[in-house]
Amino acid sequence: MGTVSNNKENNNINSGREGVRGWLNPTRYGWERVSYWLQRLTGLFLLVYFVGHVYETSSITNGIDAWNSMLELTQTIGGHIFLILVIGTSTFHTVNGIRLIFTESGKGLGKPGRPDYPYNPSSLNYIQKSGIWVALLLACIAMLYGGMVLFGEGG
Amino acid sequence: MSNEDNKKVILKVYRTNYNKDDSPHYDKFEVPVKRWTTVLDALLHVKSYSDSSVGIRYSCRMASCGSCGMKINGRPSLACYTKISELKDDVVVCEPLPNFPRIRDLVSDFSQFFSHHKNMKPFIQNDKVSLDIDDKHDLVEFEQTHEDVDKYLQFSYCIRCGLCYSACPTVATDPKFPGPQALSQAYRYEADSRDDSKKTRFNIIDERHGIWRCHFAGSCSVVCPKGVDPALGIQLLKGHMLGLSKNNKKLSNLRTKNKE
Repeated sequence: MGTVSNNKENNNINSGREGVRGWLNPTRYGWERVSYWLQRLTGLFLLVYFVGHVYETSSITNGIDAWNSMLELTQTIGGHIFLILVIGTSTFHTVNGIRLIFTESGKGLGKPGRPDYPYNPSSLNYIQKSGIWVALLLACIAMLYGGMVLFGEGG
Repeated sequence: MSNEDNKKVILKVYRTNYNKDDSPHYDKFEVPVKRWTTVLDALLHVKSYSDSSVGIRYSCRMASCGSCGMKINGRPSLACYTKISELKDDVVVCEPLPNFPRIRDLVSDFSQFFSHHKNMKPFIQNDKVSLDIDDKHDLVEFEQTHEDVDKYLQFSYCIRCGLCYSACPTVATDPKFPGPQALSQAYRYEADSRDDSKKTRFNIIDERHGIWRCHFAGSCSVVCPKGVDPALGIQLLKGHMLGLSKNNKKLSNLRTKNKE
């Protein structure tokens, strides 16, 4: 039994494929890889939120009491922090997603040309980096504003 | 003699031999380095003076053949093109390229990578010219301007070293994805005014595991040692396929013998 599992492990290592670890590690490849990583993580987070949101809103079919008790969950400190994360991730995912729509249509990448040392790729230009920074900045501002509304007076 | 001339680094080399069921481990070697010592120089020093059994693949030693690709300190690089002094680390970790099947030590199997490349039909196809020419007098030339050449030249500098393939997060999870190298070669021929087989290549890459699985992580362009910028080619190709970016490709004329 032990031999079989060892062989399996060896086969995985032998294939050399990084698997999910390949995209879970965003370091060593620049800001575009970090943006790729964040886009996926925020996407997964928003998918979880969407499922939870459908479950939460469907509670109204069980009557007003069930709806109110579900709403109370969002009125706690944990609920507020979760909602702030929803605001931040949705803002980043939207803004960065708009940048990617243009990028993946071949816009804002520069033109092919004769590469010269030190070979700075034109596709990873300041337009792309600015887009990532703007998405991060807007996500932070949205989270800050959301925090002020949720934790401020009457929040 | 300055301190720099006496500097030594620890070379941590990934060792395994799958034919002998040898479990993977790292061997450490102390290597003297100069300012200009490359990782390949250091590995060859190890082979000459410490352990001749270290398995590496190399040839030109000048970033032209693309044989010595490996993961150096966590990043796919060419060993002959990476100076140890530029790594700014006293320990240099050498591992085989990720996303490639491993054969022995630092040597990887490129069969699947080359098969993706061949699938793109990486040669000029033109209805006006037959691919089967027996007589050299039947060979023809196309007329191309410098601007025509600039559209694809960058992508033709690819040396098939596989660094982009090993850095790609999509390749890491999908073995059927052609990878940045093959897709950028598809663009190289799509942009070439001598080639008119757009439809054939679009059919190959426009599928479930094809070009649409690239989500622009840009890592392929970061690691490319020749400035090919595969991410640029792939995104431009997507734009052409969607009909969103202009493709002012005008097929080249054949140069007739009268003009000569």
